[in-house]
Amino acid sequence: MSQPLNRPDFDVIAGWIEPGHKVLDLGCGDGSLLKHLIDSRGVRGWGVEIEDVNILAAIRNGINVIQGNLERGLDEFADQAFDHVVLSRTLQTVRHTEGILREMLRVGREAVVSFPNFAYWKNLRSVLDGRMPVSEDLPYQWYDSPNVRFFTLLDFEALCRQMGLIIRERSVLDEQGKPVDNADERELNFLGSLAVYRLTQLR
Amino acid sequence: MSGQSVGAVHSQRAHFDQPLQLRSGGVLPAYDLVYETYGTLNAAKSNAILVCHALSGHHHVAGHYADAPDNIGWWDNIVGPGRPLDTNRYFIVGVNNLGGCHGSTGPSTLNPSTGKPWGADFPIVAVIDWVHAQARLADLLGIDSWAAVMGGSLGGMQALRWSITYPERVRNSIVIAAAPKLSAQNIAFNDVARQAILTDPDFHGGHYYEHDTRPTRGLRLARMLGHITYLSDDQMGEKFGRELRNGSFAFDFDVEFEVESYLRYQGDKFAGYFDANTYLLMTKALDYFDPSREDDGDLVKTMARSKANFLIASFTTDWRFTPARSKEIVAALLANGRNVSYAEIDLNFGHDSFLMDDAHYHGVVEAYLRNIKL
Repeated sequence: MSQPLNRPDFDVIAGWIEPGHKVLDLGCGDGSLLKHLIDSRGVRGWGVEIEDVNILAAIRNGINVIQGNLERGLDEFADQAFDHVVLSRTLQTVRHTEGILREMLRVGREAVVSFPNFAYWKNLRSVLDGRMPVSEDLPYQWYDSPNVRFFTLLDFEALCRQMGLIIRERSVLDEQGKPVDNADERELNFLGSLAVYRLTQLR
Repeated sequence: MSGQSVGAVHSQRAHFDQPLQLRSGGVLPAYDLVYETYGTLNAAKSNAILVCHALSGHHHVAGHYADAPDNIGWWDNIVGPGRPLDTNRYFIVGVNNLGGCHGSTGPSTLNPSTGKPWGADFPIVAVIDWVHAQARLADLLGIDSWAAVMGGSLGGMQALRWSITYPERVRNSIVIAAAPKLSAQNIAFNDVARQAILTDPDFHGGHYYEHDTRPTRGLRLARMLGHITYLSDDQMGEKFGRELRNGSFAFDFDVEFEVESYLRYQGDKFAGYFDANTYLLMTKALDYFDPSREDDGDLVKTMARSKANFLIASFTTDWRFTPARSKEIVAALLANGRNVSYAEIDLNFGHDSFLMDDAHYHGVVEAYLRNIKL
């Protein structure tokens, strides 16, 4: 799902990851994020991808990539093998939402999740105007979208509470990738186009 | 097919006088290895890739012989200028393993202590023995460490073994369509194949050379059985279906279905050139292969000894060594924090897929090799 260029969430994620950390990127695409983290933060990285073209592209990029289907879990990976497990703009494409979040925190100390916020005001306006939203962060037509789950910041946070996941940090970005700074949770939900979360759980 | 063939090649022979201690406890006092090389070893001797062969393979990996233009190497489609194993960049080495029947010391070569062919007296060789012998060939060629050791099936097992036994001498290990050890079903198939040979009246306890005969019936059956396990059900269905050679049932035991005709042809062809004792040895090497045995079955512990980077590839239709078997290797490497990539390639040719010329498959190998440091 990843687009190689101009990914503002990459910088947010990079800021949360310390040099030398072991990072697993789920749905790593061509490995751009891992390459960025390796180059900018000196991490050790592995990716998981399902698509042949992305496997080839990631290997070309010199990235460790494991071909696999996230819906089937992460059996190849041992408990707590990674410092960070990243799911960048992919959660909305996964059916087993709870399953993948649990797996992320089984194999990693922390989960980093970014996703497009369907409650972003432009998306809502688009729906009010009678059309499904298409934007920088939702770059698909309804008929070719890989997205199968449609949710908002508040929805996600409710699920985290329900699952007992702890939100360590949150960054909400507008369509230009600039951080949205607003104390009001409801307003944040309207102003953010993309949300990035850093999650953990009590062990 | 992209790129070009390496063209005309020739094989070479190396003699080794230093005895080789074998896994079985035996000793091979001296031996020959035949091998081929393609491309040029660079000044730093850092661009060498060892290609290990599978059950019926040999040292003739690529190109053809000037006097036998139809004798094309078994993995020619991946080796050559502009091909994934680019001979403009890498120095490729192919070697016929000990116990083979293509020129290296094996059951059909002369036992110096008797002056007769070794036959059944040739010691049982294991994958680790081949790797030790290959290491001596590397010494001879001045190669301290391989840029990569690669292979498919039993060849992939050698690539895996290299990374465990000689961690300092393998920078990359490319393991294709392999498994960390055989399953009971795999061993069962091998045993049926061996029984076919061992019970052939022409086998003579393995000393058939002295009787001027060969257990071709047994070898033919062994190959027919093996061949079924190399193909996928889908592919056989597409290729042969239930087609009859003569259009209608003959109600006898002659060749009727096209698949029978194909298998008999494959069996006959193979029995015509391959040595039955070598076939027995190769299947035993497969059965015994289990590097984790040194660590009470803990493959994670075994792979901790490796230092190489890995490319593991499997094929969706391979039911001999399924993707799940390759993933066992991947999991053990991940548990050790090793650099590893894994591709599960969707090709319809079953286990034999590893020999096929497929753009994505070859693209993955090429992309991986392009990034290795020479």
